[in-house]
Amino acid sequence: MRKVAIYGKGGIGKSTTTQNTVAGLAEMGRKVMVVGCDPKADSTRLLLGGLAQKSVLDTLREEGEDVELDDIRKPGYGKTWCVESGGPEPGVGCAGRGIITSINMLESLGAYEETEGLDYAFYDVLGDVVCGGFAMPIRDGKAEEIYIVCSGEMMAMYAANNICKGIMKFAQSGRVRLGGLICNSRNVDNEKEMIQELAKKIGTQMIYFVPRDNDVQRAEINRKTVIEWKPEAKQADEYRGLARAIDENKMFVIPKPLEIETLEQLLMEYGLMQAA
Amino acid sequence: MPKTKKVVEWKPVDVKTELLKQYPPKVARKRAKQILINEAQENSAPPEIMANVRTIPGIITMRGCTYAGCKGVIMGPTSDIVNLVHGPIGCSFYAWLTRRNQTSASGEKNENFITYCMSTDMQDSDIIFGGEKKLAAAIQEAYDLFHPKSIAVFATCPVGLIGDDIHAVAKRMKDKFGDCNVFAFSCEGYKGVSQSAGHHIANNQVFTHIVGTSPTEKTDKYKINLLGEYNIGGDGFEIDRILKKCGITNIATFSGNSTYDQFASANQADLSCVMCHRSINYVADMLEVKYGIPWIKVNFIGANATAKSLRKIAQYFEDDALSEQVEKVIAEEMPSVEAIRKDVYPRTEGKKAMMFVGGSRAHHYQELFKEMGMKVLSAGYEFAHRDDYEGRQVLPNLKVDADSRNIEEIFVEPDPSLYKPRKSEDEKISLEEKGLKFKHYEGLNPDMESGSIVIDDLNQYEAERLVQLMKPDIFCAGIKEKFSIQKMGIPMKQLHSYDSGGPYAGFKGAINFYQEIDRLVNSKVWSLMKAPWEESPELSATYVWE
Repeated sequence: MRKVAIYGKGGIGKSTTTQNTVAGLAEMGRKVMVVGCDPKADSTRLLLGGLAQKSVLDTLREEGEDVELDDIRKPGYGKTWCVESGGPEPGVGCAGRGIITSINMLESLGAYEETEGLDYAFYDVLGDVVCGGFAMPIRDGKAEEIYIVCSGEMMAMYAANNICKGIMKFAQSGRVRLGGLICNSRNVDNEKEMIQELAKKIGTQMIYFVPRDNDVQRAEINRKTVIEWKPEAKQADEYRGLARAIDENKMFVIPKPLEIETLEQLLMEYGLMQAA
Repeated sequence: MPKTKKVVEWKPVDVKTELLKQYPPKVARKRAKQILINEAQENSAPPEIMANVRTIPGIITMRGCTYAGCKGVIMGPTSDIVNLVHGPIGCSFYAWLTRRNQTSASGEKNENFITYCMSTDMQDSDIIFGGEKKLAAAIQEAYDLFHPKSIAVFATCPVGLIGDDIHAVAKRMKDKFGDCNVFAFSCEGYKGVSQSAGHHIANNQVFTHIVGTSPTEKTDKYKINLLGEYNIGGDGFEIDRILKKCGITNIATFSGNSTYDQFASANQADLSCVMCHRSINYVADMLEVKYGIPWIKVNFIGANATAKSLRKIAQYFEDDALSEQVEKVIAEEMPSVEAIRKDVYPRTEGKKAMMFVGGSRAHHYQELFKEMGMKVLSAGYEFAHRDDYEGRQVLPNLKVDADSRNIEEIFVEPDPSLYKPRKSEDEKISLEEKGLKFKHYEGLNPDMESGSIVIDDLNQYEAERLVQLMKPDIFCAGIKEKFSIQKMGIPMKQLHSYDSGGPYAGFKGAINFYQEIDRLVNSKVWSLMKAPWEESPELSATYVWE
């Protein structure tokens, strides 16, 4: 089983990209479990056709000690398993601690056992690696490959670089590796070239360039992934391409995060190229 | 053949070198500033000591945490405030009578809540989802059970990490009840460098939420507050007995055997008498600024010190009748103290003691040892600041570091209706000329002999090394040090909790202490305790092929 974690700046499209890619993998016949690590619990909405999932932490709170695997996972599109870690209301408690508890709970309930026949476990993690809890999925024995969703916008690249620092820290003592950057296009000038260059500098690859397409939003309104909502759409093929790229990926590295000056210079170079 | 032990007299400066030898250079440099040889100070600036700084990781410190200082020390002894700990249950061991502070339950309805242990018992899910709802429910439960005048909420470490707004919850519940003052302390254990931070936090909140709220007027003639006396082993009972005999009314003790109403009336006293300067000087200062009550340093540990403190109080009130009564009491009490002192003196004279305790006790108990003819070789505090060693004159020069800035500092102003200077500036000056010093504390160092060793934040390693090198006849510290010292064959007296003894304050306390120390330093039990290898030679053998 491959354990994959998706990170990236908040609002960059991690959950959308993850679910559409997972739909692509499912279509290829892969057995996938998606673990949403966001207190909002909206990482499996497109696979389940709505926010129908009761989170691990809510279940734990209500059921007490007596929790079973089937209480916390639901079958979604293409025989995927969908899990939402859940967490506190905004502004209270500790979401990081929630993720730690919920991943431990999944493990102890045997969600990752060989008998489950999983090909992939995907962790969809909220935002940046801000604290120990949000780094939980990349600690040793959890996710082994990381993909960072980013775009050509400065803050997205800055966040990607920062996440690389977290990966580097855990990679030195464990097996976690960076599998590549997924560029979720925002139609920034020279975006593809810039992200390719950033990936090269970090020591990884841009594994796929996902063009911007309003079909993604249309599918979301229908609570579906693009592949399920409109299998013949061009964007559906893009996600199939990304799924295939991940499925065939062999390039796993310990990233070399950039100094801020180098990052700024990269932005200047590609930004100025357009001006000239 | 018994081995003859070579007696080596270590010079203080060599002892210091020896203590530092084990450390890496950087650690040794820092510790060197916290270990001071109390040298003659004529014509030169008194030596400085580094205090109230972070303990170096890896060192097994004697210090406690901020929560212990706030909950355990300052708020623990009050009998009619329900103390509610917001945190995991382990921290709540200290929510329950662990410090031997006694109480007579003298509140209005004789309430005594200190035998109860109240905790929110936070679980994993409370950490994740936040503990505010559980806290509100616990406050409600405490209220329904006891209908107390006041409920105090104490934050433990995780509460600060997850950001529960305990003050908002307390305020909400206070407004809801209407007849119960609910307030909270952000005294998470990790704040500050020692329990000292917890004292400060407790001082601030008690002053903000309780002092000055009593509706009843106290009309007694000689009204004082006793600040920084925690009634360990009944010390406060003995001091109250003496004060009463002298005709002095103790309005409020902070906080041994105290009640909510005492705190609330503290603004009505005419003089604040500070015992433990470290833990409570903030309240003394605030009482002066806001209500006009001057403060003096007193010490009721030691018979002579007690007499001296009583005379200081009488001097302040400038009343012959009071002075006469005080002299009468001293004359009445002293003979029985002297009788016991003379009895033990031949056996205790010349014995050597070490004391590493608190923020005032290492100083106060010097008096008792002096009265017994004993010598204090080395002493120091766990959590004191430089002013407790060198005197308050260093205050303007104290560097405020980031750790201290982390603790809230509140600034008070004269109360528009309740501020009333008890003495005019002229009166104070005239009293000072007669030798009564206001807002004055000289600290530990001047009272220690020249050449003695003063050590701040002593640790386990240094304690053992000191005992090995200097072989004191008695070592005084707390429960953490108790058994490691005894295992070295040295009598050990706990001066935090008094083991099972006390009171040691006042006149009767002095008698108790003389007898206890005589018993400890003259016991033969330690010399009878020999390890097998000290009595019979080690077995030796050779391999058969040798």
